[in-house]
Amino acid sequence: MSEWWTYSLSDFLLFSPRTYYRLLELYNADVWPAHALALTLGFISLAALSGVRARVIPAILAVAWAWVAWAYLLTRYDTINWAAKYFAAAFAVEAVMLIATALLPGRFALRAGMFQSVGGLLFAFALIAQPLIGPLIIGRPWAQIEMFGMTPDPTVVGTLGVLVAAQRPHWELMVVPLLWCAISGATLWTMQSPDWMIMPAAALVAFALTAWKAWAP
Amino acid sequence: MRQELSRRQLLSAFAAASGAALLHPLAAAAQARVLTRPIPSSGEALPLVGLGSWITFNVGNDPVARDSCAEVMRAFFAAGGRMIDSSPMYGSSQEVIGYGLKKLGMPEALFATDKVWIGSGARGRAQIEASRRFWGVPRFDLLQVHNLLAWQEHLPTLIAMKQAGQLRYIGITTSEGRRHREFEQVMRSQPLDFIQVTYNVLDREVEERILPLARDRGMAVIINRPFREGELTKKLQRHSLPGWAKDIDCASWAQVLLKFIIAHPAVTCAIPATTRIDHVKENLRAASDPLPDAALRARIAAHVEKL
Repeated sequence: MSEWWTYSLSDFLLFSPRTYYRLLELYNADVWPAHALALTLGFISLAALSGVRARVIPAILAVAWAWVAWAYLLTRYDTINWAAKYFAAAFAVEAVMLIATALLPGRFALRAGMFQSVGGLLFAFALIAQPLIGPLIIGRPWAQIEMFGMTPDPTVVGTLGVLVAAQRPHWELMVVPLLWCAISGATLWTMQSPDWMIMPAAALVAFALTAWKAWAP
Repeated sequence: MRQELSRRQLLSAFAAASGAALLHPLAAAAQARVLTRPIPSSGEALPLVGLGSWITFNVGNDPVARDSCAEVMRAFFAAGGRMIDSSPMYGSSQEVIGYGLKKLGMPEALFATDKVWIGSGARGRAQIEASRRFWGVPRFDLLQVHNLLAWQEHLPTLIAMKQAGQLRYIGITTSEGRRHREFEQVMRSQPLDFIQVTYNVLDREVEERILPLARDRGMAVIINRPFREGELTKKLQRHSLPGWAKDIDCASWAQVLLKFIIAHPAVTCAIPATTRIDHVKENLRAASDPLPDAALRARIAAHVEKL
């Protein structure tokens, strides 16, 4: 792309906000009642975050990332954004890395104390609070709800929470979530969505805490 | 070198228009109200306002939104419109246009305009064929190289397709003032029928060199982003229309903005995009006399700049 400096974020927005949120609405209607299963898996992860059987968490996250990659990004979002197939590929890679983390012994554990608490809070935010911001604060229809394990944003924030709570920094697992925070934040900002800052803020918190963890192990 | 219209070309265009009128009396009645300008390379008359599809027609598989787009297209053709423009870059827009055309019974007035947008010249034909299938048309009227991407490779393909009768016109596009120097070089060196550029009451850079060059070279000019993707109409709606708007029969700022553009003698067709039937009707009504003269165009530009 030549003269790249002349492009603004709005030049990359291919769809209107109305189309974007209608896509979520149609997706939710199509896959219902998968939401109940996603919520159940989310609460199992939350419970595991406060306990010791940690390896189940990356396994659940892997399922969530794989589902979002296929059911949302590749099957739905790709109809309005030709870049979605690349996003789906990145989400699939993250799913593979998460399942490897879950299966390989000694690869994942939780760090008791502040990191576990803050990570747990971030996960709880993604599971419970983030989906409610659209319907309760912004005034979007309930049918357009975005949930952990169903759509990218809460899935990514929940994953960042888990990585904050982890025993050691998992930079290899943070690359895709951090990139998605930038992409999603930019998309929502360009659409003038009032909740655009959530994803960059979550990325900042997770990055700062992980850097702290790496600096002072 | 300016290309003059031959008498034969004019007669041919007149005969084509008469034939269309016999076949489609309602469409002809609508077209009688819509101002046209000839494509310099053929003399074919084209309504001064067309229909863009950037963002507005990228609605994916949403059946309600697809039907809504089809109704916008129905209103567009009923009001005398012809040119619909799209690109492989515009997500599902091509498929949505194809859906609408099928629903409307493939209106004969359609002037199908698309682009080739791929970095590989070798894959250009495959992309064009995919686009054609999405539209459901036997061939495109006009294909343009989108944003000059790999134009050195794509233009020979388009020229060959035109010579083989698989295409009627060829062109190049740019937007928002990008790569104008290279754009001019291509205009000077290639046998183009059309160019497509950004031009509106605030973005007037093309007035200096591109539009005069298009007239000299006998190229039709399509204008994209006439409202700056809605930014201009949104900004201006807070302000009441000045008294001179009545002098050119404008009932809205959108019509003022469109008349400003299409009154430029080098412009062949402006392509505003919309999701609303009332807006598409309003846009087509702008393609009517009287158009502002040079003095009023300058006044419009000065007025909008101050707001």
